[in-house]
Amino acid sequence: MISQQKDGWLLDMSDLFQDYSAAAGRSGAYDEMFAPGQLARDSYGQVADALSELSLADVSARADSMARTFLDRGVTFDYAGEERPFPLDIVPRVIPADEWSVLEKGVAQRVRALEAFLNDVYDKMTVVSDGVIPRQLITTSAHFHRQVHGFEPAGGVRVHISGIDVVRDAEGTFRVLEDNVRVPSGVSYVLENRRAMAKGLPEAFGQQLIRPVEEYPRRLLSALRKTAPSGVDDPTVVVLTPGVFNSAYFEHTLLAGLMGVELVEGRDLICRGNRVYMRTTAGEQRVDVIYKRIDDEFLDPLQFRSDSMLGCPGLVNAARAGGVTIANAVGNGVADDKLVYSYVPDLIRYYLNEEPVIANVDTFRLEEKEAREHVLDRLHELVVKPVDGSGGKGLVIGPDASKDELEALRKRVIADPRGWIAQPVLQLSTVPTLSGDRFGPRHVDLRPFAVNDGDDVWVLPGGLTRVALKEGSLIVNSSQGGGSKDTWVLADSPQVPVETLPRPTVTVRERVSVWPVESNWRDRQSEQQQQ
Amino acid sequence: MLSRIAESLFWIGRYVERADGTARILDVHLERLNHLPMEEQRSVAQALLAVMGARPQSEEFGLNELLHALAYDKHSATSIAGSLGAARENARRARETVSSGLWESLNTTYYGLNQHRKDVVGTYRFCNWVLERTAMVSGLADTTVSHDDSWLFLVLGRSLERADMTARMLSTRDVLSAGMSWVNMLRCAGAYESFLRTRRAAFGDQHAAEFLLLDRLFPRSIVYALRDADECLAKLDPSAQRVGFINDARRIVGQARTFLEFHRTDDLMSELPEHMERVQKAVSQASDAISRKYFNQADELAWVGEVS
Repeated sequence: MISQQKDGWLLDMSDLFQDYSAAAGRSGAYDEMFAPGQLARDSYGQVADALSELSLADVSARADSMARTFLDRGVTFDYAGEERPFPLDIVPRVIPADEWSVLEKGVAQRVRALEAFLNDVYDKMTVVSDGVIPRQLITTSAHFHRQVHGFEPAGGVRVHISGIDVVRDAEGTFRVLEDNVRVPSGVSYVLENRRAMAKGLPEAFGQQLIRPVEEYPRRLLSALRKTAPSGVDDPTVVVLTPGVFNSAYFEHTLLAGLMGVELVEGRDLICRGNRVYMRTTAGEQRVDVIYKRIDDEFLDPLQFRSDSMLGCPGLVNAARAGGVTIANAVGNGVADDKLVYSYVPDLIRYYLNEEPVIANVDTFRLEEKEAREHVLDRLHELVVKPVDGSGGKGLVIGPDASKDELEALRKRVIADPRGWIAQPVLQLSTVPTLSGDRFGPRHVDLRPFAVNDGDDVWVLPGGLTRVALKEGSLIVNSSQGGGSKDTWVLADSPQVPVETLPRPTVTVRERVSVWPVESNWRDRQSEQQQQ
Repeated sequence: MLSRIAESLFWIGRYVERADGTARILDVHLERLNHLPMEEQRSVAQALLAVMGARPQSEEFGLNELLHALAYDKHSATSIAGSLGAARENARRARETVSSGLWESLNTTYYGLNQHRKDVVGTYRFCNWVLERTAMVSGLADTTVSHDDSWLFLVLGRSLERADMTARMLSTRDVLSAGMSWVNMLRCAGAYESFLRTRRAAFGDQHAAEFLLLDRLFPRSIVYALRDADECLAKLDPSAQRVGFINDARRIVGQARTFLEFHRTDDLMSELPEHMERVQKAVSQASDAISRKYFNQADELAWVGEVS
């Protein structure tokens, strides 16, 4: 795995990578770029070569210009009412082909299992009667919506788009950290990061085949169109956004723009006779598929929060009647409840009759008495998370928490054991990241995105690598000071010669003209004279 | 296209043109303002602000306050910075519809607003920079956006605002007691060379006013701008009727234009204030009519949730 020839560049890069191995040693985490002894792993060879050519001034100039481009292009997320650029680090995260093929299989397997689970939960609940998962666990989930019980959504798919968060533990094994099957966001940064990196670190793209990410919008659109209500020849797809103040607004505009569909807000829609229409300058136009980017609670004031102005009254009934496809389906939240997460390996065995390809992180269910007692004794060593949280909200990392915080946490866990899970503190893997005037190891996670069109689950080769920019921090969320990295999935073994068609020898093409060519009158005159 | 997006595009057109017109007016008037005695400077500054459609916030309204109000105040739709900020905000809301070139030029303009010295000399440079940026935005809008309905709404907004700004520009002439020279008025509209080539030596106040008001070929003249607006409206609603117009906006724009076009110009100079007022009124009425027809459908059907 370790390439021996690469020793030479260590000296060239000494400035930028000074103290790197010491810092990496301190964290005890698996480093994605370097094997112990600061030798670059095979997959990072090209990146290491490219970086070794650069001085500190080069690297900072490139980082600045990348940041500037993001600001000008408006690649931002909204945080507390302010547009902020999403910091992109100059060192990419590279995943070799063999590791990716495992991840790809594991993600697709999980999506298929969750899809089956959701279909079952909103129907006969055989998973409960067969004793795989307790009924109470499902019915107490905050995102189990009885409003959508008992019907199959038009098009037959519930988890059109998903983001499965995976991390590497200290041994370098990938584990699933959580599933996002409601409104997973971040894919826009995958697309934008690749564009920015092509300009920021062109040398590293060099000889290796990096799998492209730009087909995502096309795949997404075709999956959405494929799951349109039956009987619609040329379905109209829209993206439904809560509006310009949403933190992911940039992503909504980007996806709508790249798919070439309308980006609508709730007030642009109108439901009548279980059909959905949008208001256009040419009157009302029928909408067949809604890519929903707002939370279920705000979707339909007739069914959920009646004070919501973001959605459109009547959407859920229209979906029930089969007049519109909503992607992802309403009520998916029950599948990414963190307590349900702890059962996903069982669900995979139950529905698919397969062993899970990627393992979960060990999880304590605090509802179970022994587990709870065990956890309450060791709160200072564990990570405790609320089951329905996202964006790192409410999460408590034991070793970093103060005594008072732990005491408050203990009370809350005892008051509502269903609301929490506990996991051991994982030393997420690290990747070199520019910080000040040198590279330091920073913890990363990975969110691969999957698109399900009903027949096939396609996993985008790449994904969003989020990085905690503070040394030692394990929280990678953008709202809490995280950045991102471009994620490169290497194409299958480049040593196998890629079949290229024999290139025809370059010939200069004669110009063909079909327009009447006016001949010079002199020529004609001379011709006439000759005749 | 979505009504909401159409509205955003219409306002991008208006705001960008407003920034452009305001920069032109400010640029020309600053030169004169600087020479005036303090007391007169103050009254002129206030009158100028009134022509641009705003009221002074306090009694102490002088040159610096004028600069703030017309150039740098981000919270006012009258100022250049406010207009460009609003244009950018509208583009952000219609981002998936406009070309990335158009969006990025507005976005970089917005981020460039703060990079200027806010004194008199800095403002000259600022005005020039604004003219460059708005020209770039218009150019990109014309060359990178399909000339379909979305572009028509943008041009419609631009044309209406242009008629309005030229009218205001002509009204600012009376603000100075000595009057602004017509050479400067023409320069302000970028029309000086065109005018000279059209009229040669026959140079009089009357002719200059006619040129900015009535010329059929100069793009910043009021008649030209109104004709542009009329054409956009016709393309947006191509239903051919044998008699009359159902479309209020077309009627208002058409009436204003034809009145000017067919009016006898013998007494133009004394009628000028009335013409200017009528043009501004027509523009605002037309804008309302367009909103009613194309943008405002949401009001009738708004969902009112019960208070829980």
